[in-house]
Amino acid sequence: MLESEACENTNYNPLIVAFCCNWCSYAGADGAGTARKSYPANIKIIKVPCSCRVNPLFVLRAFLRGADGVILCGCHPGDCHYTSGNYYTRRRMKLLMSTLSYLGIEDGRMRVEWVSAAEGNKFSETMNSFAETIKSLGENVKLRDLRCKK
Amino acid sequence: MQKIAELIKKEAESLLKENKVTAVWAWQPGEFYYDNSPVCFTAPEQLDKLVYNEFCPSNLGKYLMAGSKKNETMAVFAKPCDTYGINQLIKDHRIKRELITVIGIPCSGMIDIKKIKNQGVKGIISVSVSGDDVIVTTAYGDKNFKKSEVLLAKCMSCKGSDYMIADKELGEKMEVKCQKLNPEDGVKKLEAMTSQERFAFWQQELSKCIRCNACRDICPACSCEQCIFDNQEAAVAGKASANTAEEQMFHIIRAYHVAGRCVGCGECARVCPQGIQLGLLNTKFAKDINEFYGKYQPGADDDSKAPLVDYKFDDVEPTISAKGVR
Repeated sequence: MLESEACENTNYNPLIVAFCCNWCSYAGADGAGTARKSYPANIKIIKVPCSCRVNPLFVLRAFLRGADGVILCGCHPGDCHYTSGNYYTRRRMKLLMSTLSYLGIEDGRMRVEWVSAAEGNKFSETMNSFAETIKSLGENVKLRDLRCKK
Repeated sequence: MQKIAELIKKEAESLLKENKVTAVWAWQPGEFYYDNSPVCFTAPEQLDKLVYNEFCPSNLGKYLMAGSKKNETMAVFAKPCDTYGINQLIKDHRIKRELITVIGIPCSGMIDIKKIKNQGVKGIISVSVSGDDVIVTTAYGDKNFKKSEVLLAKCMSCKGSDYMIADKELGEKMEVKCQKLNPEDGVKKLEAMTSQERFAFWQQELSKCIRCNACRDICPACSCEQCIFDNQEAAVAGKASANTAEEQMFHIIRAYHVAGRCVGCGECARVCPQGIQLGLLNTKFAKDINEFYGKYQPGADDDSKAPLVDYKFDDVEPTISAKGVR
């Protein structure tokens, strides 16, 4: 039996951390709520002033402390509340993702998605599909601090 | 190299005698013939100890930071590869350009004593080099080597004999003569592996880490006064642990922190007591940056914008393609 199948059978609930920028994606999550669109309850949203506030270390530490997936949402390039924040995010996260893959961490454990304040639909779709991906990837054992395991 | 050592001594003497600088950074002999260490000369009579030969691989740039803070005028001798690091330190505002005099000295490649020792050579008394011939005098007689075969790994991928920054140049420029290595070859080899293989490789490689922080301390791009690795709360400050995830974290953070600023001097891998191939991580970042954002050589100048503090409107998106992130 595949590892992923085993997970499905035991009702495996991954822990997912979502960093959402205050101006677009967090409002997008609100929009999803207003529009009665659901997204998985195991996604924990952390509000940040700008996607650029997310130091790559935050992502790494989330993994280290037990997250199975990390998703970073920000304004669409060009729409940043602070003019250029998400352009820096784009470069930073591209390098981080490339390096995680280089170290042998499964592609897809980390994702960057641009969600605007009007895209409640996209927010819920993105979160649902990301939760599915993480569920199929299974538990994050490669980047987990064993001391944090219960 | 003997001739250059004389030139260096003369230059240092005149700088100190004429009070142009308060300190001169160079190398002095260590306990053995092959472990010359950095030293700060403040008076002309100390200069008898000055040495320059094939065992002076260390970059003196980072030692200027303390003096620069106290507004001391200093002179530093720099091999072509060292000038990249010095430029980077100036750009990061760690050393003040107006306080330092950089004197470029030619280099024909530094010798890796480990490569000689690994061939069973014991009791080394001295090493003399002429051209490509290396004669190692030991307590058990002389041993001969070819210089091109015992060069440091970082010298085998030498970036050339030009100085990126120099107020004065001593002697004639020299070339490193050997079969050149491209540091990107190792990265490409790893990239061609499967994800599982790569993870196994890094797990094995990084488990060797004893968290001595030597790679951090030697790095000319790693120059923060307060470092996350000294913060006990950071969850990555622990000393050598059996937990690979923490080791991985340490190395990603270290390599990421110098991304776009790593000059590729290869010092981290040289000083690693465990022989971890740290260059593979740093070169990966450099390769990605070159690929995604255009060719960039950190340390080649002291005023260009580093790739991670710059952007273009049409940069590549951080999405996952069918082929993976790369």
